[in-house]
Amino acid sequence: MKKVIAMIKKIISLLCVVSIIVACSSSDDSNGGNTDNFDRTALLSNYADNIIVPALSDFQSKVSDLDVARANFINDINQSNLDLLSGAWLEAYRSWQYVAIYNIGIAETFTGNLNGFRVYFNVYPVSTSLIESAASGTDYDLNADAYFAAQGFPALDFLIHGIADSDTTPLDKFTTNVNFEGYVDYLTNVQSQINNRSTVILNNWQDTFRDEFVANTSSSATGAFSKIVNDYINYYERALRANKIGTPAGNFSAGQTFPDKVEAYYKNDVSKELALLGLDAVQKFFNGQSFDNSSTSVESLASYLDYLDSSQLKNDINAQFQVARQQIQSLNNSFSQQVIDDNTQMTQAYDALQAAVVLLKVDMASIFDVQIDFQDNDGD
Amino acid sequence: MRILFLFMPGTLSTYLSTKTSAAPLAVFRIGFGVMMLLSIIRFWSYGWIEKLYLNPKFHFSYYGLEWIKPVGNFTYLIFFICGLAALFVALGFKYRIAIITFFLSFTYIELLDKTTYLNHYYFISLLSFLMCFLPANAYYSVDNFISKKQYKEIPKWTIDSVKLLLGTVYVYAGLAKINSDWLFRAMPLKIWLPSKYDLPLIGETLMQQHWFHVAMSWSGMFYDLCIPFLLLYRKTRWFAFALVIFFHVFTRVLFPIGMFPYIMIVSALIFFDAHIHERILNVLRRLLKRFNATREKLSAQIYQSRKQNLVVPLLAIFFSVQLLLPFRYLLYPGELFWTEEGYRFSWRVMLIEKTGYTEFKVVNSETKASFLVNNSDFLTPFQEKEMSTQPDFILEYAHFLGRHFESQGHENIEIYVDSYVALNGRRSQRYIDPKVDLLKQNESLKPKDWILPFKDEIKGL
Repeated sequence: MKKVIAMIKKIISLLCVVSIIVACSSSDDSNGGNTDNFDRTALLSNYADNIIVPALSDFQSKVSDLDVARANFINDINQSNLDLLSGAWLEAYRSWQYVAIYNIGIAETFTGNLNGFRVYFNVYPVSTSLIESAASGTDYDLNADAYFAAQGFPALDFLIHGIADSDTTPLDKFTTNVNFEGYVDYLTNVQSQINNRSTVILNNWQDTFRDEFVANTSSSATGAFSKIVNDYINYYERALRANKIGTPAGNFSAGQTFPDKVEAYYKNDVSKELALLGLDAVQKFFNGQSFDNSSTSVESLASYLDYLDSSQLKNDINAQFQVARQQIQSLNNSFSQQVIDDNTQMTQAYDALQAAVVLLKVDMASIFDVQIDFQDNDGD
Repeated sequence: MRILFLFMPGTLSTYLSTKTSAAPLAVFRIGFGVMMLLSIIRFWSYGWIEKLYLNPKFHFSYYGLEWIKPVGNFTYLIFFICGLAALFVALGFKYRIAIITFFLSFTYIELLDKTTYLNHYYFISLLSFLMCFLPANAYYSVDNFISKKQYKEIPKWTIDSVKLLLGTVYVYAGLAKINSDWLFRAMPLKIWLPSKYDLPLIGETLMQQHWFHVAMSWSGMFYDLCIPFLLLYRKTRWFAFALVIFFHVFTRVLFPIGMFPYIMIVSALIFFDAHIHERILNVLRRLLKRFNATREKLSAQIYQSRKQNLVVPLLAIFFSVQLLLPFRYLLYPGELFWTEEGYRFSWRVMLIEKTGYTEFKVVNSETKASFLVNNSDFLTPFQEKEMSTQPDFILEYAHFLGRHFESQGHENIEIYVDSYVALNGRRSQRYIDPKVDLLKQNESLKPKDWILPFKDEIKGL
């Protein structure tokens, strides 16, 4: 027994010595031990309190302004009220760009669709045939999957700016069209869907989810950090890169371009502005910049990369966002027009966005050890 | 030293006729059967049969075994048969048929989709293959009651062969850790451990320290290299077993490795002397007495292995292959961790953290029109993750896409891939040559020259 104990001691001391030697001799690629710990609670509360909840509050207030404009319009249907409605719609649509990332909390429970809760706000191109047939009296259910493409901002876009079958102006839908009452109802129903869902989301964050989110510092795939990183990358890849730019530019369709698959197609001259706002939301999130711009960078993905000795990657990601921004800025205000005039510039913007997908989804996810699109399974 | 003596003809035949107590193998059989049964139940209850084998639209096959595909709801039946066979193995009831059934059904399941490949599963397949040739039902089995015979002694080599397989797994896993990424950059532990910041006590402290990552890497290597020998040597055996328990429980806490740690802990019992196993069996006997299990008198017989002349050479070949296979990577140019040519079936466990991104482009060679593929239309997230970092997966998927789009009426199809991989904390680099039409490449054992070279060097075995 004594011999065994002596051997145990020997082995342990050998391991210790080896470890110390190695620890001291191989600190070339790092700054040694990180003793000051990264504060994940601070990171999550920065995201919740300074970025997500303020963005949701702003969105909520823009949505109620929009609802007021809608009520005024229905109360007194004329072109100038429709113009006011259009202005309120654009304000809310701008604000939407800052909340579209956050498919988390109760928003996540809305649907299992890969695009998350966005399917109730921003699926485009809008299905005008569904709207027209609904206005003509066909039963419809905005909660049904089939109606994802007939609600939210794209549906309002069509109702406010589009011209229905056999009409001559957008306003005709609500005045001279045989189904004008149907259109008025549809407008109200689309609006109340937006009202309800955005209210539910904001209330959920304010009542319980903010605390849940900040407290959920678990390192597992269901931890708040892992989930929000997944939401972030999902938004960037699908909503921003593919939907706003790639799809109209024909990246997914054998080069066939789709001028009608741009965001806000019927308003048409704001697709660039909305895309830039989406990119702005992405970059501010990355750097942890507060929604009201009062702080530039606190605990965030960027500072976490710093903590993990990956400042170069952080800089490269920011630089790539900047390249993408410049590419998008050089485009026509209307992506439809851009696609028709010179699609090459569109695909260049896509490539610039795409380069950051690799940095986020491969390099950053690997450094964070966050599983993307997690599926539970054993590993080696 | 004893191994060297075996090469002398006289000592070899003496060794092969040496007998030893049958109890260790009986306990091993029970432990193995029970662990396998639990594994199957666990796998089933998590809904993984559906998720991994029934839901995917496409399965990644092993080279040359493309005909092995999930068989719809009959896949459940295969799992059921496998679980039942495991139970029969544990009971020692119709042992030979049970273990052969288990080996075949388990291996068939593993060959369904290489996405789910794990060294652990490969180990189970090999071990159950080996057990087909061992008299694990000689003692303390239901078969004893049926035949009214039991054998208290069996050839010593039968138990040693299990030890040899276990030892091979550990030592090769240890050898594989002798590389510069593991030992000097502490990769990938340096990535994995800090992300476990929420572990009590050590999460925010030890797990964040560079020296701890290095210490874990080095001790992991020494553990793997030494543990079989510490278990073999009687004086260090209890200490070694304590290490086995500590190491495997610790890795279980850190990583999602399922049943494997428990299987290894139970397996390590085989290194103990027979009197320990008799004590384990006595506990079982006492338990069974409570259920009034009848105890007939069994006639103790001398175990005569009739086919030993056939089985021993066969197992010698089996072990030779096992010892050589992990070195096949030497036949391939390029960095093993990067190309993964010769990576599987080699006990390379937890050595790489690889993240990949692949986007496939389908091009019409005549019109040059092209479009991008949405991988999630065809693959589960898990399949996409595995596909993105392994060239043979990328190639197989490209051919699948080719067939799919051809059946949709597309013509003159060429398929290119835009792919990036980050290995062990390095920045990502392009992985596959984007100018190569993957449809013109075919899977083979030859080196894949369309994998772009790794722009760094990893030294070591």
